[in-house]
Formats: sequence, C-alpha cells, structure tokens
Amino acid sequence: MSILIDSDTKVICQGFTGGQGTLHSEQAIAYGTKLVGGVTPGKGRTQHLGLPVFDTVADAVSNTGATASVIYVPAGFCKDSILEALEAGIELIVCITEGIPTLDMLAVKARLEVSRSRMIGPNCPGVITPGACKIGIMPGDIHLPGKVGIVSRSGTLTYEAVKQTTDRGFGQSTCVGIGGDPIPGSHFIDILSLFEEDPATEAIVMVGEIGGTAEEEAAAFIKENVTKPVVGYIAGVTAPPGKRMGHAGAIIAGGKGTADDKFAALNDAGVRTVRSLAEIGDALAEVTGWT
Amino acid sequence: MNLHEYQAKQLFADYGLPVSEGYAVDTADQAVEAAEKIGGTRWVVKVQVHAGGRGKAGGVKLADSLDEVRDFADQWIGKRLVTFQTDENGQPVSKIYVESCTDIATELYLGAVVDRGTRRVVFMASTEGGVEIEQVAEDTPDKILKTMIDPFVGPQPYQGRDLAFKLGLEGKQVQQFSSLFMGLAKLFHELDCSLLEINPLVITEKGDVHCLDAKVNIDGNALYRQKPIEAMRDLSQEDGREAQADEFNLNYVALDGNIGCMVNGAGLAMGTMDLVKLHGGNPANFLDVGGGATKEAVGEAFKIILSDDSVKAVLINIFGGIVSCATIAEGIIGAVQEVGVTVPVVVRFEGNNSELGRQALKESGLNIIPGESLVDAAEKAVAAAGGSK
Repeated sequence: MSILIDSDTKVICQGFTGGQGTLHSEQAIAYGTKLVGGVTPGKGRTQHLGLPVFDTVADAVSNTGATASVIYVPAGFCKDSILEALEAGIELIVCITEGIPTLDMLAVKARLEVSRSRMIGPNCPGVITPGACKIGIMPGDIHLPGKVGIVSRSGTLTYEAVKQTTDRGFGQSTCVGIGGDPIPGSHFIDILSLFEEDPATEAIVMVGEIGGTAEEEAAAFIKENVTKPVVGYIAGVTAPPGKRMGHAGAIIAGGKGTADDKFAALNDAGVRTVRSLAEIGDALAEVTGWT
Repeated sequence: MNLHEYQAKQLFADYGLPVSEGYAVDTADQAVEAAEKIGGTRWVVKVQVHAGGRGKAGGVKLADSLDEVRDFADQWIGKRLVTFQTDENGQPVSKIYVESCTDIATELYLGAVVDRGTRRVVFMASTEGGVEIEQVAEDTPDKILKTMIDPFVGPQPYQGRDLAFKLGLEGKQVQQFSSLFMGLAKLFHELDCSLLEINPLVITEKGDVHCLDAKVNIDGNALYRQKPIEAMRDLSQEDGREAQADEFNLNYVALDGNIGCMVNGAGLAMGTMDLVKLHGGNPANFLDVGGGATKEAVGEAFKIILSDDSVKAVLINIFGGIVSCATIAEGIIGAVQEVGVTVPVVVRFEGNNSELGRQALKESGLNIIPGESLVDAAEKAVAAAGGSK
C-alpha cells in the first residue's frame, strides 16, 4: 500500500513534448511509472517517446483511462493546464512548475475546493511511491520501498529526509512534496490524514519551513488525529525577517510563522522535532525503536 | 517587487482613486517648480524610498514656503534615509515627491493582502489609521475589520459599504469609500498585487475620503505579464548583490556572517544556514541556485558570494535532483579559475551525478575541501572560517 499513487496508477504528462516534459517522462518510464501518454495542443495523433500525444486532457483521459496528470508547462500557462485537467476529471494533478503568479493559484485553489480533484504542488518535486510509481523530478535512485511517509514543503530537503531513511534501511511508503508556494494545492493536513490511514506507513516525517501557519495547523491536526510517530523539522531558524514595505502581511499572520512558533506547536502535539536536518534519521530510529 | 509612493499614486490616479496632485522630482529647482505649479502656500514633501517609517525618520515634512521646499530637497536628494525598517546604512534618496497639502479631519487605515490561511484576497480596514497598524492588530485585534474577496464573483459594493458603516463613515463618504474599495480590488487583481496599503486613508475637513499614502507590492512571479510595472523597478533601492543575483535567477539575501553558502533549493539553503549556526558558525548569505542551475549561474553565484569581503569560507551544499552535481562542479571550477579564490571552499555533493561531480573537483587540482556528510561539511566550513564563536 501507499498513498495517492501505486504501480497501477495511469499517468499522463501535460507539456509532454517540451524539454522538461520529455526529460522527466523518460526518467519516469525508466523508473516503471505507468505513463500512458501526454498532452500537447496541436500535436494530437502523433507519438512521443513511443506513447500517444493528445490535443486535450479530455481526449487523453477518454483514450487512456489516466487518473493522474503531471504538469511541466511554463508558469504562465499553468492555471489553464490545471483547470483543464480538473475539468477532465483527473483525480490527482501534480504541478512541478515554479513561479506561478499567486492570483492564478488563488483562482485554481478555489476551483479545487469545489471539485473532486486533488492537486500536489506547484513548485514541488512531485510524488513518489518507491519501486512503484514516480511522478515528478526527484532522483529515483535515492529511494527505497519501505515504511516511512514523508511530506515536505521543500524539494531538496525532501531528498535529505529520503536519503537518511534509505541509508538506515527504513525506506519510504510514499514521499509527497507539497511545494513551497504561499498557496499550495494540498496542505500538510491533507497528506497527514492519508498517511494516518495508510497501513504501509508506520511513521511520518514532516519537513516545514518558516512563513505562513501551515505547520501550526498541522500540529493541531496531529494532536487530535495522528496516532503514528511523527518526526518534524522546520527550516529557517536563522533566517532574518524579510525586508518589507507594508504591514499588511504581518497583520494577517498575527505575528505567527517563525520557526520557533512552529517547533513549539509541533512539540506540543507530541511530534519529535529535530533542530538539525542531519538528525531526521536518528530521531526516527528513536521514536520507532527501529534499528 | 516594491513600488515608490509616487508610482503607486500614479496607478491610483489611473484607476480614478482620490489622491492629491503631486510631482516626483530629482532636483531642488524642480521641487520648487512643482510646488509653484501646484499652487497654494503649504506643501507636503516626502523622500521616495522603499521603506516605511519615513515620517519618524525626518523624511516627510510640511513645508510652509518655497524656501522650505528647496531646503528639504537640498537636505535629502543624494543622501540616505535610515528608518526602523531599513538597515543601518538606510536607503538612497534620489527623488522627492512634492504634493499639495490636505487638511485632515480623521485618519483611517485600509489595506489588502493575499492571505495564505483563507486562500483569499483579504481587505482590512481600521479606524486606527496613521499609527503603527501592526501594534493595533496585536493589542486590539477587534479594531481591524476584514472582508474577503470571493474568487468566483469578485468584489461587491456592499462589502465596501459594510466596512464604511463599521468605520463610522456617513453620508457621501459611504459611497466614496465603497467606490475606493471597488477600485482598489480591481487594481489589486489587474496588476497582480501581493499587497496594497493606504495608511493613512483620511477624511478631509471637507468630509471627503482621500488617499494620503499609498504602498503597492507586486507579485514578482507575475511581472512577465505586467511590463509597464516591471519598468518602474528602481534597482537603486535594492541590495546590489541581490539585484545581480536576480538577473541570473538566483535567490540571494545578504546576511552579516562570514561563511558564504551556495545551496540548491530554498528549504535546503535555510536548513544549511541553520546547520552552520548550530555548529557555531555564522552564514554570510542565503543563496539558492535553484533547481535548474546552469554552469553560468553557478559561476555567477560564486562571484557574488566572493564579492562580499566578510566571507572567510564558502560552503557549497548540493543535493542533485534535476541539477547534476557534475554541472555544478564545472561551474565551480570555471569560477575559481576565473576569479581566483583565496578563501577555503568546502563542497558537499549528494544525489544526481554526485560521484562524477566529486571526481571532477578532485581532478581539477584546485584546493577544494570535500565534505563527506552534511555535518562534516558544516563543521569543516566553520573551522575554515576561523572556528566556532
């Protein structure tokens, strides 16, 4: 078992024939992901990487039965691509692209809230269930099928957590990069609740960052709903407050969002927090008793 | 991206919002000319810098004669203004804004921001204008009124009226405020704002709603579709190295330590800084070379780090995902050969092509210290910079 994706998940790629789409589709196929085609408007009825190309996501879905889509189109086109995938009934939309205008994501998020689709990203490495399905840009070879669920706002910090759980032989059930943007498609809470229900996930690693209050909300959720051991790390203890012109951001945050606030909230929820990102693996061993 | 007050007010004027007549000028002569053009006997003169707290720092003045306008311009143009929001060097002043004087009866606050929590654009208003609104929000949160913009239907006039009544406005002011609210919401959306703020928004002695100040921040991700706004960018208000980094799509923030850091990914960059600090060192900067770093960008990143004289050691921490460590190695080697490096450089490679990268560094014959692990790299960098403090 795993969350979100497994070896049967049929995946299409939006922006399939572009540079990024091609590179990462090749790697996904090599990893064993069931990539069943791609979408590039105007290139329908052609082939790319030995797979069919469709003009629209709806065409791709009706011809392949795909339930997941990964998006590599440039930032300015992402809103359009995400909404197209949502309209076509794609259940899992993974958007890797960084630099999407915030107001575009605001509109997308509002549509997501009233749809049955789930979105991961943007500005994220994607989702991987090791040994089964890789959707995104993470290096496949650092992963190991196993029992730790990893959820993170940062790409390369996810890789660090992955490496430490692989080196100790614990492995990962599923790793989810929810992305570093202010308005993500999925939040920690969405993924934590999936990990809690997933029998293959025996412990959870949560990697957060300063800014916003997603970690505080996650802490409250963990306190009430998560029974599995959780190790938490927050990046940015030493980051100075950003330069600013106005006060509106600080007002809305109500003075929250520092790393210390987040560590305190997680500790209070019974999460084993680590101040050094090099100690994630050790902390996992400690809370689970694994050797 | 930040805008100057005069630029923000120009945008307000373009949207038909009530701002005073004013002119941004570069010299004392132009300042006097502007005041004569506006007419009257009193003017407000304001330095144009990207920082709040200008009033308290002496950067805003009520001038009662043309001589006072001239003196103010002479005093500030070419100087730097230090406020509680700037660093100790302050921000350079190259323009003065000369504005007609407004008679104030009441000061209010009006702002808008993208709120992560509710995932909506939220407008905030308060009767406590003209003061430090952050303090108001903390001490008396009930004095901050809020209304959210529905992403499907957009702003509605009743939301503006509701705020107006709660602010205690009366008669024509309610309609004026509601129009202002609608105009600002339109501007926020059309210009891809991340923040809008009017502090103070005033009621004049004649009883009209009027924008006395204007702050506008634009979403950097949206500049590709906001060309006229992008052209308003004032690089003199930004840290030179930060602006240089931006040109190469590098994310750099100068700090006051002595260990230069080059990392891929914002999260790992922060995590690496935390690790340096945890092992007794002090980072000189935050630098994220990004996911798709090219050889050229890495070379440029290296030069930016080394242009900071306080850097006594460099720590490079790369976990290759998209980016190949071999590419980063080429960039490092090229930059070291080009600019010459006198400080120790510690490199930790992991992930995509890390072995090839390590090999390339080793074979280059350059004096580069390999970091075997995260902790090892951090410890070596701290030691190389003169040890733990």
